[in-house]
Amino acid sequence: MTRHSFAGRVAIAGIGATEFSKASGRSELRLAAEAVDAALRDAGIAPGEVQGMVTYSADTNPDIDIARALGVGELNFFSRIHYGGGAACATVQQAAMAVDAGVADVVVCYRAFNERSGNRFGAGVQDRPPVANAENAHFSFYSPFGLLAPAQWVAMAAQRYLHMSGATTEDLGRVAVADRRHAATNPRAWYYEKPITLEDHQASRWIVEPLRLLDCCQETDGGQALVVTSIERARDLANPPAVVRAAAQGSGRGQDMMTSYYRDDLVGLPEMEVVAAGLWGSSGLGPGDMQAAILYDHFTPYVLMQLEALGFCGWGEAKDFVADGAIEIGGRLPVNTHGGQLGEAYLHGMNGIAEAVRQVRGTAVNQVAGIEHVVVTAGTGVPTSGLILGVDR
Amino acid sequence: MTASGPSLRLLPRVDDENRFFWTGGADGRLRFQRCAVCAHFVHPPAPRCPFCLADGLRPEPVSGRALVESFTVNHQQWIPGSDPYIVAWVSIVEQPDVRLTTNLVGVEPDDLRVGMEVVVEFEQQDDVYLPLFRPTSAPS
Ligand SMILES: [Zn+2]
Repeated sequence: MTRHSFAGRVAIAGIGATEFSKASGRSELRLAAEAVDAALRDAGIAPGEVQGMVTYSADTNPDIDIARALGVGELNFFSRIHYGGGAACATVQQAAMAVDAGVADVVVCYRAFNERSGNRFGAGVQDRPPVANAENAHFSFYSPFGLLAPAQWVAMAAQRYLHMSGATTEDLGRVAVADRRHAATNPRAWYYEKPITLEDHQASRWIVEPLRLLDCCQETDGGQALVVTSIERARDLANPPAVVRAAAQGSGRGQDMMTSYYRDDLVGLPEMEVVAAGLWGSSGLGPGDMQAAILYDHFTPYVLMQLEALGFCGWGEAKDFVADGAIEIGGRLPVNTHGGQLGEAYLHGMNGIAEAVRQVRGTAVNQVAGIEHVVVTAGTGVPTSGLILGVDR
Repeated sequence: MTASGPSLRLLPRVDDENRFFWTGGADGRLRFQRCAVCAHFVHPPAPRCPFCLADGLRPEPVSGRALVESFTVNHQQWIPGSDPYIVAWVSIVEQPDVRLTTNLVGVEPDDLRVGMEVVVEFEQQDDVYLPLFRPTSAPS
């Protein structure tokens, strides 16, 4: 695969977030503005220098509203990316392309919502689809049978995965235990000082078999922003650059939104394999070059499948990979060192990118020694994206 | 407890693209689009044949027999008042890559397994006939 021209030439220079809560007590726009303001302060860049903004099509906060709120002036680049949490790493990819192309010198990526106190995604599609356009027509084939919510869509894929791979619900539990162990030492995490054991996981109630309560991520109110600029500019700023070594999007054959029930492979994450091919192929790096991974964890089964899709182990081997604590701090590949979306917060993957930046800077609460590269992924079960961030050398 | 379905069914909006599927059960037959050129069945309904790109998909009945590819037992009260119910992917015996989402009925959750053979039956609600499936070996 061709090298991407932005690779190594663009960096994340600032990160900023609100607190992560269950009831923010303020508007989504205010959360977004606070996060962007914090990220710009972290970078040491004035709002007036921002030329571009990227967010999710799922975000309710228009870039121009944030620009007005923060004293950002003219914008040369604005873009929104579809497919829910699948957009996370792609916001940085689009920012990196814009910076490298000379379209915008400073681009802010953001995501903010009241996902717990406001519109809860976890409830899924509750109504009879009002219009049978192509985007929502397929829900008609699920909702009459009571298949309505993200946990249910994932459970269907997870059951097939357990059947085919021989993994058990205890293997799912090991992902939750790792996330919660990391969150327990992260003061920003909702589940700070609240680790769980595998026994806790196995004793938690069924949501939709084979998923238990502790396999499902939180719902969170909060905002997270990132500042992307050229490597030259980033080197002159306060914090060490988190260099964008690779960024890629991916959609698989026969792709659907959360319910890819008709494609050839009934198991696995072909869209993440497309992302992996983009990341490894464009950078010349491989799984062995990563010292940590931030893997999108709205539900635990997809963390196992991502370890396989990204090539950290072979198909069906994730259960063995996670068996000895490999994904916990001190293990071979610490995963979700901030606590992930199960432990820290569900910010549609944006808080995971911020954690990768902290790992590269060397400022994470659960810092992994000797970091050179961290791989980050976005939403699973949907068209998605990924990033490799690295130290500047 | 033998499972049935959720306490309330959120019915599909019937349109010109899917009417044959949701109303076909009136005569007890499960129907899918089939390509007049390459004979593949296609589901969900598509604007043209994804196998040969021909523009000639027409509804055609199938046997109604299928195999369970995956399933979940739902406990969470997304729809209040529902007893645990089983949602499944089944593939039709005529063509394994034609799959549909359904409820398995007349079966204990503990007896579920991937690969079990099931057969269609229909539950009428308003103007639609929902295809549900029951194990072929289980008493009805
Ligand atoms: Zn055809």
